[in-house]
Amino acid sequence: MVSTRSSTVRDVSKRYQAGVMKYAQMGYWEPDYQPKETDVLAMFRITPQDGVDAEEAAAAVAGESSTATWTVVWTDRLTASEAYRAKAYKVESVPGSPGQYFAYIAYDLDLFEPGSIANLTASIIGNVFGFKPLKALRLEDMRLPVAYVTTFDGPPTGIVVERERLDKFGRPLLGATVKPKLGLSGKNYGRVVYEALKGGLDFTKDDENTNSQPFMHWRDRFLYCMEAVNHAQATTGEIKGTYLNVTAATMEDMYERAEFARELGSNIVMIDLVIGYTAIQSMAKWCRRNDMILHLHRAGHSTYTRQKTHGISFRVICKWMRLAGVDHIHAGTVVGKLEGDPFSVQGYYNVLREMHNPVDLQRGLFFEQSWGGLRKVMPVASGGIHAGQMHQLLSYFGDDVVLQFGGGTIGHPMGIAAGATANRVALEAMVFARNEGREIWNEGPDILVQAARHCAPLKAALDTWGEVSFNYASTDTPDFVPTATAA
Amino acid sequence: MRLTQGTFSFLPDLSDDQIRAQIEYCLTNGWAVSLEYTDDPHPRNTYWEMYGNPMFDIKDAAGIMTELQACRKTFPRHYIKLNAFDSTRGVESLKLSFIVQRPGQEPGFVLQREEGKGRIQRYTLRAYATQQPENQRY
Repeated sequence: MVSTRSSTVRDVSKRYQAGVMKYAQMGYWEPDYQPKETDVLAMFRITPQDGVDAEEAAAAVAGESSTATWTVVWTDRLTASEAYRAKAYKVESVPGSPGQYFAYIAYDLDLFEPGSIANLTASIIGNVFGFKPLKALRLEDMRLPVAYVTTFDGPPTGIVVERERLDKFGRPLLGATVKPKLGLSGKNYGRVVYEALKGGLDFTKDDENTNSQPFMHWRDRFLYCMEAVNHAQATTGEIKGTYLNVTAATMEDMYERAEFARELGSNIVMIDLVIGYTAIQSMAKWCRRNDMILHLHRAGHSTYTRQKTHGISFRVICKWMRLAGVDHIHAGTVVGKLEGDPFSVQGYYNVLREMHNPVDLQRGLFFEQSWGGLRKVMPVASGGIHAGQMHQLLSYFGDDVVLQFGGGTIGHPMGIAAGATANRVALEAMVFARNEGREIWNEGPDILVQAARHCAPLKAALDTWGEVSFNYASTDTPDFVPTATAA
Repeated sequence: MRLTQGTFSFLPDLSDDQIRAQIEYCLTNGWAVSLEYTDDPHPRNTYWEMYGNPMFDIKDAAGIMTELQACRKTFPRHYIKLNAFDSTRGVESLKLSFIVQRPGQEPGFVLQREEGKGRIQRYTLRAYATQQPENQRY
């Protein structure tokens, strides 16, 4: 434990003397504080500047993310300021990282507007990340009290209802992002959608930057994609969908695109994280009104989630997005080409899919979190995964996930439909074997070889990609258990 | 065509032993197994006919296989699917659903298009089988 150097000045005549005072003395460091059930809790990783002690740094974060400014103001005395002050109540050294501390801060519920991610984040990450006495600051985790959770609508559809609408149970869903993501005409783009869906995928997907460009305007894409979806449904007798990306410059444009998607009978629309929290909440409300599944691509998140010392952990983004109300969110693959420590990624999945999260330090969950009646978000695993990893993917993620094999479908040597079939057969064979009680983690490669005996496309997929893996050290691990985990 | 609804439609048709193993898995998880049949495989036909209520109280796979054989005998040319229902709070829905019998011939679907305003098409999917009266579909 770190030594306590400053404590709250209780003598009000001294406390409110004009001038600068330490944040800890102003009342933002309360080591004896017992958080209330209704408090919003945040855990930051702080790296104070040399010479700034950890409690004062934690108090400064609490102050700057709640009521404080750089100097004493007498107008605090017109308010119940002790209640409104956020309270840093615990500071711990980060194991294995000298100079870094985990700081726990409690915020009174009344500091936040009900149902507004914009307001919540304007407080918690509003000013404080540029604060000079800190070298770096990272928001690691939050506990949202149920009293606050229930002020949000949450996912418009959720995992259970999505499955019932699609009539697909007992296995992960399968998707693919159309490639190349830029340059195809609407007609050629729809060809990829048709082949992939006909071959056995449940979904295809626009990419984050597939919007409305010279080579393909959005209306053209939507029309050709829905021809492909309907044709594939007729060929298979199975419900299909394609995430039509409605991301655009303004809300008016996004509503126009979403309404066209609905008019064409699409069951799902897509947005990018870069549209902003308020736009996401608006689209979530629109999707509720229109019985639409809402897919969120986490475009841009790595700019602030990837480095351990500064930014926001993706688990916090998952919590905010569950409140804001998306039905799908990209949450990592572990085995694919993009960043993701296995335990951290499982932590994200638990945040999205469980009704209640216990403390799980290994998975980076620092707080107990109850989700009330909020629906569950379907995580999406996308980026550099292929059929040969099916046993690993199913072991890590279970059934409630969309596995997206873009290159692994479209780059198949026998064609797109064959690539889709290979993935679907591999998936169903693995689920079947798991249900029969086989140890798929170890027996997985054998199970795939057996399944490939009645499926030439799967054999070709295994021959092409069977050995491909992306083994790099993760840059973002929870650190509470100071051992790194290998992918 | 081969109707690909259900969890295992891309695998070769399941043997009774394989079906039994999946039922064991469902029972181990505490899920209630049920059987449904239809001669209208339209993907939006949500309500197939129930072959009795979900078997909440049958705890052995053999008992459920007996029901399946009886269902097959009564409806030898229908689609039959086996569902597993999980009543856990927060789920309260199916956890598995797969086809355990399909007709010998699956004539598939026709996609009808009707030109609308602009370039919009109105799509309608019809099962060829349902163009026949009920007793002559398969």
